[in-house]
Amino acid sequence: MRSKAILALLLAGAIALPWIAEALGTPATTGVATRIAIYAIAAASLNLILGYGGLVSLGHAAYFGLGGYTVGILWEHFRLNEPFLGIVPGTAELLITFPAALLVGGVSAAIIGALSLRTSGIQFIMITLAFAQMVFFLFVSLAVYGGDDGLSVRRPNEFFGLNLRDPATIYWLSLGMLVLWLWIMGRIVRSRFGRVLEGIRQNERRMAAIGVSTYTYKLAAFTIAGMACAGAGALWANYARFVSPDMMHWTKSGEFMIMVILGGIGTLLGPVLGAVALVSLEFTLSGITEHWKLILGPILIVIVLFARKGLMSLFGRSGSGNG
Amino acid sequence: MALLLEQLLNGVQFGVMLFLLAAGLTLVFGIMGVINLAHGSLYMIGAFVAAWVAAQTGSVLLALLGGLVAAGATGMAIEYVVLRRLYARDHLDQVLATFGLILFFNQAMLILFGRQPLFVALPEFLSGAVEILPGVRYPVYRLLIIGCGLLVAVGLWLLIQKTRIGMLVRAGATHRDMVRALGVDVRMLYTLVFGLGALLAGFAGVIAGPIYSVNVGMGEQILILTFVVVVIGGLGSVRGAMYGALLVGLVDTMLRAYLPGLLRAVMDASQADMLGAGLASMGVYLLMALVLLLKPRGLFPAHA
Amino acid sequence: MAEPVLAIRNLVKRFGGVVATDELTLDVRCGELHALIGPNGAGKTTVIGQICGEIPPDSGSIAFAGADITRLSFAQRVKRGLSRTFQIVQLLDNDTALENIALAVQAAQGHSFRFWRNARLDRRITSPAHALLEQVGLPEDRGRVRASDLSHGERKQLELAIALAPNPRLLLLDEPMAGLGAAESLRMTEVLHGLKGRIPMLLVEHDMDAVFALADRVSVLVYGRCIASGLPGDIRADPAVREAYLTEEDGH
Repeated sequence: MRSKAILALLLAGAIALPWIAEALGTPATTGVATRIAIYAIAAASLNLILGYGGLVSLGHAAYFGLGGYTVGILWEHFRLNEPFLGIVPGTAELLITFPAALLVGGVSAAIIGALSLRTSGIQFIMITLAFAQMVFFLFVSLAVYGGDDGLSVRRPNEFFGLNLRDPATIYWLSLGMLVLWLWIMGRIVRSRFGRVLEGIRQNERRMAAIGVSTYTYKLAAFTIAGMACAGAGALWANYARFVSPDMMHWTKSGEFMIMVILGGIGTLLGPVLGAVALVSLEFTLSGITEHWKLILGPILIVIVLFARKGLMSLFGRSGSGNG
Repeated sequence: MALLLEQLLNGVQFGVMLFLLAAGLTLVFGIMGVINLAHGSLYMIGAFVAAWVAAQTGSVLLALLGGLVAAGATGMAIEYVVLRRLYARDHLDQVLATFGLILFFNQAMLILFGRQPLFVALPEFLSGAVEILPGVRYPVYRLLIIGCGLLVAVGLWLLIQKTRIGMLVRAGATHRDMVRALGVDVRMLYTLVFGLGALLAGFAGVIAGPIYSVNVGMGEQILILTFVVVVIGGLGSVRGAMYGALLVGLVDTMLRAYLPGLLRAVMDASQADMLGAGLASMGVYLLMALVLLLKPRGLFPAHA
Repeated sequence: MAEPVLAIRNLVKRFGGVVATDELTLDVRCGELHALIGPNGAGKTTVIGQICGEIPPDSGSIAFAGADITRLSFAQRVKRGLSRTFQIVQLLDNDTALENIALAVQAAQGHSFRFWRNARLDRRITSPAHALLEQVGLPEDRGRVRASDLSHGERKQLELAIALAPNPRLLLLDEPMAGLGAAESLRMTEVLHGLKGRIPMLLVEHDMDAVFALADRVSVLVYGRCIASGLPGDIRADPAVREAYLTEEDGH
């Protein structure tokens, strides 16, 4: 009961953040918080397959990028008033671009997952990495969508007349999406599907022995995670009003993974903590030196070697199924 | 025709470079069961140090030595400080920890050498071209690389097939636990294997300098391709690494050489070039996908 | 039912130069408890592996309830009614005993592509799980203990409960007595005795007391070949068997 009260308080604080930031004279905080919220969605989606499913996917950012580019490309075609591939009209309606991003993310994840999940272990890790790089190179080569330089989305999408250019508005939208996604994940994780997924992570042989064809469940989880990550990408496109191939670079996947482990793998709120921690760490460290990655690297190693349970363990929650 | 031969040789030369990296990586995967993302960093360190020593002393030998020593020493340091603690851990921990190493090394190189790519000048006797067939000239240096690669391949083959250590390596690749159960000093074996891989990676970096640009990030670029080679060839198999490397090297080079040209027929030059380069980059991944569809464990998997 | 539940014909499996399974032909009849014994290294676990589908045979066939299952995966065979226990128990160590059984019950009820309802609160899963816990002789309070915290004997009991969850048509038992003390072995024997007649079983075991107390028929495996098969009493008296197996046990 007490933890529910704390959570409610935190949520209230999160909602009030733009006003607090305004009052404290640090309006830029809202932007940072939006960034954190969007990354948290992406990290949480990775947590589904990584923390609960045990699938080490090094290519998860591909879906982040694909989601972002869906919004970007639809915007570009809307701006130029030319249909995409001659048939799909461009649009700047969030009600269309967002589901479109989910669809693109889901289909890509299904295809890549179908191939990658035929392998396991080290092979799987490398293959997911390779496919993500493939997607990266694809978008780098598309000069028409900016290539390496990326694509500007001058106006954020239309959504019920809301002005998504306003930092507070886009923040609340992202926060709302985060809460929604965490709620959905909570249900998935506790459902029959979630139990099977966790069983697969713990002992795949045992799962086969009770009659579970593990491939389809892994693929389903992979697809769902890809969809959610693409959703995060679509939000990012609206927040940053810019998409670039960097969104799908494998180092971005690495960042999401760091957030998951930093926050507490296999817990529901871990990724949120991880996103807060990593973004804050980046800010603090880059204030000290421009070579902050020199410090981040060893910090990461130390955490992996000695503090693997992540920040959530400070709150007495350890991973998988207990979050 | 001459152009085709030249491109084929380029493909073989690239394949040789990939083989040097892939051989070490696949052995580490297969025998130690460890995924090491920092393998590319060893390549990068070899390249940087060799380039720097070459610029300072003008001596090829010293540059080679410098690069190898730097890569080898770094490799040993990585193994001792970080990797050793990861043998028993799961893959996620290995990925994250070695990712941390990449962050560290990339930044360290930036601090030491700056953002500008280093340029490596070839000494007189190595630059220039030689006539390999009537009317076909090919750079001496690239031929040298191909030669070196073949030497290394033969050397590795001899080591693995004909020596006692090689026997342990083969056994370790197929039955890791059995080797341990037989009382073999696994730690020694691991260190040796890792050291060998580090030296090969460093060597690849040293010889890469004059052809490719020496810059931070070169490690990751080639690392991912190396992964593709290992996946195609089969984990733990040096033979697979050889065939996989040649295949990837040839496919990548040929696509890069001819695809933009083909595309120019249907679109304007700059778009064709960009799209061609991008699709050529994608080519090897599609190849990997194809191999996976047919043989999920690679062409020559080591494990039964 | 005259047709055997399990029919193995000319099964062959080689590992490199070693012939682990050598033209094995074996039947498990309806309602019987058929024991498979043999010295260490005889290939008993390899046979079980091929029956359940984890190890693909080089040649030969396996038929289950009349249908050829040689090409089916492990999970597919389980869905058809085959179930096994593992010699080294395969449990979900992070979950409680009840949760382990519950997951098996859940899997037996069909697909698990249900994303909404909380599975832990689902009576259709938890009720049968409690029943199974009781059936193998595990007390209620032990059900709430994490599998990794259970004693070895309790883990073996749990393993059996999981195997029984899908109401199997054939139960493969791979050394269920391994590592059990005298009292635990007795309890396990009682539980298995209670299953006799209801579920056909293929029991691989070293514990001779249990084998001769439970088995309707015994087959002896030596170097991958079945050298004798028949009633327990006959097998005991068979000189070839004594020589190959029982003498080895005494002689050391």
